[in-house]
Amino acid sequence: MSSESSYYVPDSSKLPIFMAFGLLLFVLGAGGTINDLGKESSNSYLLLMASFAVIWGVMFVWFSNVISENNQKLYSDQLNRSFVHGMAWFIFSEVMFFFAFFLALGYVRLFAVPWLGGDGEKGITNILWPAFESTWPVMETPDNENFPGAYKNMNIPGITKLHTWLPFWNTLCLVTSSGTIALAESALKKGNRTSFKSWMVVTISLGFIFVFLQGLEYYEAYAHMGLTLGAGIYGTTFFLLTGFHGFHVCLGAIILTIMTIRGFNGAFSEHDHFGLAAGSWYWHFVDVVWILLVLVVYVF
Amino acid sequence: MSAVIEGHHDDHHHHGPAKGISRWLFTTNHKDIGSLYLWFSFIMLFIGGAMAMVIRAELFEPGSQIVSPEFYNQMVTNHGLIMVFGVIMPAFVGFANWLVPMQIGAPDMALPRLNNLSFWILPAAFGVLIATFFMEGGAPNFGWTFYAPLSTEYAPPTVTYFIFAVHIMGASSIMGSINVITTILNMRAPGMTLMKMPLFVWTWLITAYLLIAVMPVLAGAVTMMLMDIHFGTSFFKAGGGGDPVLFQHVFWFFGHPEVYIMILPAFGIVSHIIETFSRKPIFGYESMVYAIASIALLSFVVWAHHMFTVGMPIAGELFFMYSTMLIAIPTGVKVFNWLSTMFKGSLTFETPMLFAIAFVALFTIGGLSGIMLAIAPADFQYHDTYFVVAHFHYVLVPGALFSIIAGVYYWLPKWTGYMYDEFMGKTHFWLSFVSVNLTFFPMHFVGLAGMPRRIPDYAMQFADYNMIVSVGAFLFGLSQLLFLYVVLKAIFYGKKATGQVWEGAKGLEWTLDSPPAYHTFETPPNLESGEAKA
Repeated sequence: MSSESSYYVPDSSKLPIFMAFGLLLFVLGAGGTINDLGKESSNSYLLLMASFAVIWGVMFVWFSNVISENNQKLYSDQLNRSFVHGMAWFIFSEVMFFFAFFLALGYVRLFAVPWLGGDGEKGITNILWPAFESTWPVMETPDNENFPGAYKNMNIPGITKLHTWLPFWNTLCLVTSSGTIALAESALKKGNRTSFKSWMVVTISLGFIFVFLQGLEYYEAYAHMGLTLGAGIYGTTFFLLTGFHGFHVCLGAIILTIMTIRGFNGAFSEHDHFGLAAGSWYWHFVDVVWILLVLVVYVF
Repeated sequence: MSAVIEGHHDDHHHHGPAKGISRWLFTTNHKDIGSLYLWFSFIMLFIGGAMAMVIRAELFEPGSQIVSPEFYNQMVTNHGLIMVFGVIMPAFVGFANWLVPMQIGAPDMALPRLNNLSFWILPAAFGVLIATFFMEGGAPNFGWTFYAPLSTEYAPPTVTYFIFAVHIMGASSIMGSINVITTILNMRAPGMTLMKMPLFVWTWLITAYLLIAVMPVLAGAVTMMLMDIHFGTSFFKAGGGGDPVLFQHVFWFFGHPEVYIMILPAFGIVSHIIETFSRKPIFGYESMVYAIASIALLSFVVWAHHMFTVGMPIAGELFFMYSTMLIAIPTGVKVFNWLSTMFKGSLTFETPMLFAIAFVALFTIGGLSGIMLAIAPADFQYHDTYFVVAHFHYVLVPGALFSIIAGVYYWLPKWTGYMYDEFMGKTHFWLSFVSVNLTFFPMHFVGLAGMPRRIPDYAMQFADYNMIVSVGAFLFGLSQLLFLYVVLKAIFYGKKATGQVWEGAKGLEWTLDSPPAYHTFETPPNLESGEAKA
């Protein structure tokens, strides 16, 4: 009854308003927790924890409902196309979120820092910090007392020392995992479930290795390089770009882990595996962002 | 088709609305959600409007009158935020919810539960925003554009709540837009090709695209603020190598497309109304579509015209000046097409048509002052004066808001099944039309004479015009209470409306009953034989 049946319009549902309530708790909890940072006593974090519980709980029930509706063959081909459109536009919105941070990095590197160093016709700001010299990465900030620059940066150390450079291994992990998830998908489409499951396990392992290496890199930055969030604009852009990317890798890895567990429980068929496909698009998306990020944050 | 999903349903799921409050809380019906959006927007109009009244009362005379400068700043900020994100945008989403499925012959929005979520986030976000008035440090006071460092180093502690409220508000807009765009691309009735879609649907297709493209950039901007305030980063701090001007670039990269998000659906609504009451199909349908698309694309490359005086290289000033002026071309195409549609039409002047014609005339005034502001050297004089306030209020009040009011009068009989009182509607129009010009036209003069915006006090020579402006504003505010009365009277005591409602109205929604059944077009209409283009 797939393509001929009518479009499934779900009955009224309590899930959305619970989700909105969870988001309300999140705003109050996150706002309160962050405002109370450094204070002795604050209970706002309880609100934040509660909001996570509500949000994750609702998502669990919501996705379960969608899966069971799909298993009851309520979804027409047209409705499945809606999911495809929805996921594609969601990824587009994520692209634009990263765009804002790439825009910031580009502006800082092309304009703000050179101007602070006295470049160009608007070089008047050099009057404030005459000693500041424009370089990238900014190791010595204009106001070095309040923003102590790092004493080492993350840039590529040269082609011969590539193996000592963590981002190289990170890139290898992520690019390989993009390939392995494609192999998993094609195995599933051929009906080879054992191969599908193995490639999924390889993919998520590579994802978690990436996250682990990224954590190691952050530890190095804080412990041995003086590179912190407060280290001026280089640390700022470095941590925000890699941090949001890492956060998205975590999300993607969680999605793929859930898909793998579902795969082990016998979910997905050769023609009906949109959850997995969507997770795999998301994974390719974080991979592409990473490649751009390596180029503009680490290499050039 | 039978369905048993959550155990408690009966054997068919296409039935009427649930009883009582749960109908509105848990609904997945596009018509219910459309009504929720519209009522939410209406309520916020009065809250944001009350803030405008406080501003105008303070500015009635020079000197400090009623509120403290700190509170005045909070009023200006929240008036802007509420009107932009709480009134204009939700109202247009309400229209989209009601009309897009009915105009393209779809059974509902593509993702109905997500649709409900998009709505219910809004009361949460605005509840938090309004609650900040009662928190320590008061509500946000840095203007709706929240420029750093006003919104970072010098902001009240409530800015953190503001940041997260903006985040979920953005999530709501993105989910809503994904829903609209998916509905339009995937759920059109067979035979309705893209170039046969009603213009309102076209405008929303492009608006949804703009929203998905720029709301994440806004999320990025507030995230950078959050990091600068609480986690020691230096995006907007020159001492660390950042730049406060970077905030303005990121904000306006969002902000300028946002301006078109608030006007493109208005173009769609007005196009429908003008063709109906001219009893002629819209003049130059294709050129209308291309004009909307070009406006949307150009909107990504004009943002820095909001910041000519901030200190950009001269090449930047020139680029943004010329690209901004280019927008006048597609906008001019639209205005000429509306005029050509009316030319030699059998015109009648019911309330929606009056508001639509006022839209064309007054929006054009706002557009022309926009061209004046686009001239970079001239903008050095106008920047941050009441001339700018006059400009954007002309495009937003007799522009966007008038189109919303026009649309409500036009489709209210379809939505509710009852006609509004034509005499009261016309009274509402003339009161609004006179008072809106009384409010905003003199602002051009005081602005050109140098009165700065966002200041609770002003020099003596601006006193007369400001008094006129305040009187106009109070009158305009009162006129909108009349609007509420007209709407309620129609719903409770109105005459029964026919399905067709308006003699000249074309399009799928007019083939339905008034009010339409709870679920419409469960099987798509056959467009090969009938009228597809509105």
